[in-house]
Amino acid sequence: MTGEHALTLSGVTRTFRAGGRTITALKKVDVAIRPGQVTGLIGPDGAGKTTLMRLATGLLLPDAGEIRALGIDVLAAPLTIQSSVGYMPQRFGLYEDLSVQENLDLYADLQGVPKPSRPKRYAELLQMTGLGPFTQRLAGRLSGGMKQKLGLACTLIHSPRLLLLDEPTVGVDPVSRRELWQIIYRLVRDEGMSVLLSTAYLDEAERCSEVILLHQGQVLNQETPQRFSEPMRGRTFLATAGGIGKRHLQARLNSAPGILDALIEGSRIRLVTEHPGIPDPVELAPDLQGLVIEATPPRFEDAFIATLKQTASQPLAASTTGSALPAREQDEVIRIQGVQRRFGDFYAVRDVSFSVHRGEIFGLLGANGAGKSTTFRMLCGLLPASAGELTVAGHDLRHAAAQARGRIGYMAQRFSLYARLTVSQNLHFFASAYGLRNRKRQARIRWALQTFELENYAGDNSGDLPLGFKQRLAFAAALMHEPEILFLDEPTSGVDPLARREFWQRTNALAESGVTILVTTHFMDEANYCDRLVIMAEGEVLATGTPEELRSRFRTANHPEPTMEEAFIALIEGRESTA
Amino acid sequence: MNPSARMRLRGMIRKESLQILRDPSSIAIAFVLPVILLLLFGYGVSLDAKHIPLAVVVEQPDAVTASLSGAFERSEYFTPRRYPSIQQAQQALQARRVDGILWLRNDFSQRLLAGDRSPAGVIVNGVDANQARITEGYIQGAWQSWLMRYAEERGRKLPVPVAVEQRIWFNPALRSLDFLVPGLIAVIMTLIGALLTAMVVAREWERGTMEALIVTPIRIHELLLGKLIPYFVLGMGGMLLTVVMARWLFDVPLRGSFWLLFGTSALFMLTTLGMGLLISIVARSQFVAGQTAIIVTFLPAFILSGFIFDIGSMPAPVQIITHLVPARYFVAILQSLFLAGDVWPVILVNAGALLLMAMIFFALVWHKARKRLD
Repeated sequence: MTGEHALTLSGVTRTFRAGGRTITALKKVDVAIRPGQVTGLIGPDGAGKTTLMRLATGLLLPDAGEIRALGIDVLAAPLTIQSSVGYMPQRFGLYEDLSVQENLDLYADLQGVPKPSRPKRYAELLQMTGLGPFTQRLAGRLSGGMKQKLGLACTLIHSPRLLLLDEPTVGVDPVSRRELWQIIYRLVRDEGMSVLLSTAYLDEAERCSEVILLHQGQVLNQETPQRFSEPMRGRTFLATAGGIGKRHLQARLNSAPGILDALIEGSRIRLVTEHPGIPDPVELAPDLQGLVIEATPPRFEDAFIATLKQTASQPLAASTTGSALPAREQDEVIRIQGVQRRFGDFYAVRDVSFSVHRGEIFGLLGANGAGKSTTFRMLCGLLPASAGELTVAGHDLRHAAAQARGRIGYMAQRFSLYARLTVSQNLHFFASAYGLRNRKRQARIRWALQTFELENYAGDNSGDLPLGFKQRLAFAAALMHEPEILFLDEPTSGVDPLARREFWQRTNALAESGVTILVTTHFMDEANYCDRLVIMAEGEVLATGTPEELRSRFRTANHPEPTMEEAFIALIEGRESTA
Repeated sequence: MNPSARMRLRGMIRKESLQILRDPSSIAIAFVLPVILLLLFGYGVSLDAKHIPLAVVVEQPDAVTASLSGAFERSEYFTPRRYPSIQQAQQALQARRVDGILWLRNDFSQRLLAGDRSPAGVIVNGVDANQARITEGYIQGAWQSWLMRYAEERGRKLPVPVAVEQRIWFNPALRSLDFLVPGLIAVIMTLIGALLTAMVVAREWERGTMEALIVTPIRIHELLLGKLIPYFVLGMGGMLLTVVMARWLFDVPLRGSFWLLFGTSALFMLTTLGMGLLISIVARSQFVAGQTAIIVTFLPAFILSGFIFDIGSMPAPVQIITHLVPARYFVAILQSLFLAGDVWPVILVNAGALLLMAMIFFALVWHKARKRLD
C-alpha cells in the first residue's frame, strides 16, 4: 500500500501550545499522495498546510499517527527522508549575501551531489529557471520571482523523488508564477517527480492533478479538481444588469435568497447558488430591471467557497464609516504628477502620474518590488518624493503633510498592530492617536467591535488572532477617525479567499458611502473590484484605465474574455520585447 | 569522516566564511571593535596618577617652604599651582581645576622644627574616590621623601614616621596599561565568540534560512562545527591582532610563552563559542540573541572578570558569582602570562576551570540542539 504512494499520513495529530491555549493544527489527518503527479494542498490560513509539510520532512514530530514518505518511516529515519525529499519552505532561506552559484554550491555540498555530476545538473537547473546569465549575481539582488526560482533550483539540486512546495507562488508576479508552474510540470513529466504544493491561489488548484482541501486541521476532501467542482454543476451563473454599478449589483445579489456567493468577474457578477437550477431574476431582485442570468461552467473556486461557507461563516452586514459623505464624482482627491523616488542610484518609482476621484476604488497592481508600496508611502507623507508633485485632499504634501495625514487612514502591509495589546486596547490606542476623546472614542470603539464582529475577541491579544481577524482589526483601526481617504497596502496578502471576500465587501460598502480608497494588490483578480487602476512594473506605470479597458486591449477573436492576469502578462511581455 | 560528511562540512564552512567576508558587521566586531577598545583603553583610560594638578598655598614663604614646594615641582606626579590664599585654592578645588591642596600655614616652619606631627594641611577632592586615594598617597610619598632628605641635609633628627618601603613586582612602574590590555583580550574574545556566534545563528532563524538548512541531510554536529570553525578562526584572528597591538603599540611585555598564550586562548575561545551557540539555540531573533549575549557574557566579562575591578575587593556573594564567569579564569591566565611569565600553578588551575566550563556548555548545546522546529 505505502509502496505505491509518495507520501502517506495516517491518523496524524499535531497540537501547539501558544499563550496558554492548545491549538490543534492537524487532527487525525489521513492522506495519501500519488506518485508522479502534482497534488495541491489547499485551505484557508491556519488550516494546517505548513504543519503538514513540516511533519512530512521530519522538522516537526506528530503527537500521534504515522507518516511515510517514499515508503520510509519519517519518524524513524528523518535523515534518509531529508536526503531523498526536496522541501521548499514558504520563505525559502536563500543566503542573500551569497551569489546564485554559491547558493547552488552550498546545497549541492549539503545534499552530497558528487562533483563530477554537478556541471550537468547545474546546467539543467539554470536553463530551466532562466538564471543562467545571473550566476555571479548576489541572491539578494534578484527579483522576487527569480529568488523563488533559485530557491526551487536549490531544492532540486539532488533530483529528489518527492518535492514539497509550501506556497511557492505567494507574492510572485504572474509571469514568474507561470514560469514556476512550467518548471513543476516539466519535473513531473521528465523526472517523474511527485509534487505536493500548497497554495493560496485557488486558480492554481485547477492546475493540479488532485487537490486536498484542508480546513481547521482536518481534510475535508481529496479529489481531482474536476470532480471537486462536479457538485457545483448547474449552480454557477453569470449575471449582468444595466443601469447599476457592478459593485452595487454584487452587494445586492450577495444578500439575495438562495445565493451562496456573488463575486465580480470581469464586468459581470459570478453567482453560486445553494441548489441547482437557474435562479429567477425577479425572485433575486424584484426591483432590478434587465437582470440577465446565464449559466457558466463551475470552477474550483466555486466549490471551495461553497464547501467552506457550508462549514462556517455567516452573512455579512455591510459596513460604512458610520457617516456618509456626499459623493461628488468629479472631485480630484489625489493627484500625483511626475513623481520620482530614488534610493541611492536605484529608482524605486520613476515618473508616475495619476489622479483619483472621490468615492473611487483605485488600484495599484504589480508584483513585489514594482514600486507600489513606495508610491503609497509618499502619498501618506511618510516618505518625501525625490521629484514631482503630490496633492492629497487638496494639500500639497511637500508643505502640508500633517494636514493631509489627518484626513487619511492607512493600513500598512503587515497590519502594524500591537501584538501584546488586546483588541480593544489596540482600538483605544488608535482612537487616542487620532485625537478622539471620551464619548466619541467610546462610540467609535463600540462601532468598530460591532461592525467588524470583533466583540468575541475584544479581550484577546491581537498577536494571537487568526490572520483574517488581524486584518479586520487593522482595518477598523485605520477607520477610527472616519477618514475620507483610505490607503490599503496589500490588505489581502496571505489572507484566505473567504476573508478576502469579506474584506472586499466592506471596502465596497465604504466606497459606496463616499470614501476614496487606494489599494495595492498582487492578486490580479482583485483588480476587478477597482473602478480604475494602474499597472506598475519596476517603478513605472505600464497602463492606466478601468479593468474593462485594460482587459479589452488584449481581446482577440479566439480569446474574447481575457482575464486581468492575462492582460498583465501581455503588458509585461510587451514591455520586455520593446526594451 | 566519510566523503559526503566532509563535503557537507566543507560546504558549511565555505558558506559561513563567505558570509563573514561579505558582512561588514562581523568584520567590524572582529577587527574594528578590538582596535577601538584598545585605543580607548590604551590612551583614554588610565588609572595612573601623573601630573596631578595640585594647589599649593604658602602663607609665609621661607627657605623651608621653598624647598618643599620645589620638591613637588620636580616630581613628575604633580603639577603644582600657587594660590595666594586657601579660599582661592578651595574654589579651584570645587571647580575641579586642581585635585588636591597642600596648605602650608604661616606657622608651618615652626611647627615642623618643633616636631609637630602634622604641620601641613592636605585636602583632596573626594568626589572621585579612586583619584582621591591615589592623590593622597602620592602627596604622602612626596612629603616623606622630602622630609627625609631635608633632615639628612641638615644633619638633624626629625621625627620621621615609620617609612614603608614598597616594592612592586611584575609591574614596577605600575602602568595600568600593562594589566588592562591583557584583560581586554578576554573581553574582545568574548564579544567575537559569544555575541557574533549567537547573532549569526539567530539571523538564520530570522531570515528563514535555518528551515531550508536543517531539512537537508546535514547532521547536527556538522551544522554546529560548520558554525564553530569559521568563528573560531575569526576569534583567534582578533586575539592575534590584540596581542600584536598590545606588544608593539602599547609596549606591554609578554613574559610567558606565546604558544601557551595561544593554547589557552583557544580554550577560552571554545568556551565563549559554546556560550554563543547555547544562546542561539534558545533565542531565535537577533535582538533577543544580542541582548542576551551582552547581558550574560559581555557585561560579566567586563565587570566581574577582574579585568578592571579587583575581584578580591568585591563583596563575598559577588565573588562567588565571578566563578561562573569564564573570562575571570582567562583574565588570570592572561595577566600572569603577560606580566609574570609561565606560572604553571596559576595557568593549570584556570585552564582546568575553562576546560570544565567549555565541556559543560558543549554538553548543553549537544543536548538542546535538534534538527527540528519545535
